[in-house]
Amino acid sequence: MPSITFVHPDGRPQRIDARDGESAMQAATRHDVGGILAECGGNAMCATCHVYVDEGWLARLPAMGGDEDALLDGAAAERRANSRLSCQIKLATDLDGLVLNLPDRQL
Amino acid sequence: MSATSRIDSATPERSAPAGVPHLDVDPFSTEFFEDPHRIHDVLREAGPVVWLEKWGVYGVARFAEVHAVLNDPLTFCSSRGVGLSDFAKEKPWRPQSIILEADPPAHTRTRSVLAQVLSPTAMKQVREHFTAMAAAKVDELLTRRSFDAVADLAEAYPLSVFPDAMGLKQEGRENLLPYASLVFNAFGPPNQLRQEAIERSAPHQAYVAAQCQRENLTPGGFGACIHARADAGDITAEEAPLLVRSLLSAGLDTTVNGIGAAMYCLARFPDQLALLRSDPTLARNAFEEAIRFESPVQTFFRTTTREVELAGYRIGEGEKVLMFLGAANRDPRRWENPDRYDVTRRTSGHVGFGSGIHMCVGQLVARLEGEVMLAAIARKVASIEISGPVKRRYNNTLRGLESLPITISPA
Ligand code: HEM
Ligand code: FES
Repeated sequence: MPSITFVHPDGRPQRIDARDGESAMQAATRHDVGGILAECGGNAMCATCHVYVDEGWLARLPAMGGDEDALLDGAAAERRANSRLSCQIKLATDLDGLVLNLPDRQL
Repeated sequence: MSATSRIDSATPERSAPAGVPHLDVDPFSTEFFEDPHRIHDVLREAGPVVWLEKWGVYGVARFAEVHAVLNDPLTFCSSRGVGLSDFAKEKPWRPQSIILEADPPAHTRTRSVLAQVLSPTAMKQVREHFTAMAAAKVDELLTRRSFDAVADLAEAYPLSVFPDAMGLKQEGRENLLPYASLVFNAFGPPNQLRQEAIERSAPHQAYVAAQCQRENLTPGGFGACIHARADAGDITAEEAPLLVRSLLSAGLDTTVNGIGAAMYCLARFPDQLALLRSDPTLARNAFEEAIRFESPVQTFFRTTTREVELAGYRIGEGEKVLMFLGAANRDPRRWENPDRYDVTRRTSGHVGFGSGIHMCVGQLVARLEGEVMLAAIARKVASIEISGPVKRRYNNTLRGLESLPITISPA
């Protein structure tokens, strides 16, 4: 069971237990992490599950698809080199300890 | 139109499968439209899969099974129609949709075009205008105080922004709502609603077919953007008008009923209006929750491409499966206090816009319209009272009202 941390814009870390195979977005929604809206429920349609992946972890995530890339251009907060959609990050034990920073807004 | 050329695949005499709970309810009847919730409960509690004798189809009404069917498009396909009619056996009443009624890989290509035309980036361009129009509409209604929240708000507002955003000409727009109502009735069985809609469809179909052509679409609109994708080679010149047609079919009456649902909720639950007024940033979620609560799009069908086991029941190939989105959205197995309209609920995951590869490609347009309208109400309106008889509108797929007389007071 991987455990991951969301860091709120004010610097507050929130560590949660994720289930193998679920997405970071799903874990966040289950634990009511406020900064993840996930309006489309993980269907790569809304860009309201935007996160900034902590340095060091980015290279360990699977590459993003074309859908995700295009959607990130429309994200409400600034797009950065480490921007990802958390619904497209599938969790497994190899991502235990993953740190995801929340943007200041999703809309 | 070959609406009368019914074949035997969906007649009541159809041999019923053993083991699956049988129900004789008709989800396309006036009785059902008047009070779907009681019968939804019967459907959910009867079992994870049921057999609807009246139309000879399987049904799923629990969240888990509705979600599972939506997310297995190779087994539960759309290319044989997402209404009762099976396109493998019966000619579609209009040329088949190349997105809604398509499967991968064909669907993947057309879908990516519409997803880009209606992307978050595209929404940023129309947001300011949609916001200003919503505020102006609420100001105008505040001078009237008493009006019909269906005709004067739920219809009037989308009509004031969506046809322009599409790039439609002024003339003929009165065809848009009748056309959409026809499309959504046509997903149903060959009952009176469907037959009458199709019989009267010729002028509306002619109007829509013409508006889908490039020369009738203003540059910069969603319609022109679709045609531009044909120039880029992503779709053919013949496919572009059909994708425009998809937006004209699904882009207006749906938001009318979505905004209507939200107004009906706020009128019935003053405590939730008070919450929304105290924090107008709840507007977007208040709209989303209204979509979960009322599910303006109630049902869609799929057709099995092979024999499959669903929740322990064996379903043969070529069977129609009816998904009750509205019932899934109130399944107590998935939702706490499902029958409560709660503007602070975490709504993520509801299936009011579907789920999976066909999940509503226009959902951002719908949320934008809903959000800015409810935000204007949150800021400007102090109270909403129902001030006359509430009348339901009957449609085989869409759930909404014919009339909702209300009186509002300024904040
Ligand atoms: C509250 C408003 C709306 C609701 C409740 C709604 C609901 C739905 C649902 C449930 C589906 C899934 C169909 C399926 O799985 O077979 C869908 C698909 C679709 N919707 Fe919406 N919709 C809304 C607004 C819109 C708008 C505003 C547009 C266009 C601007 C639109 C265009 C479409 C299209 C083209 C599809 C087909 C997508 C595909 O098959 O990939 N909808 N909608
Ligand atoms: S939840 Fe909508 S894009 Fe991730």
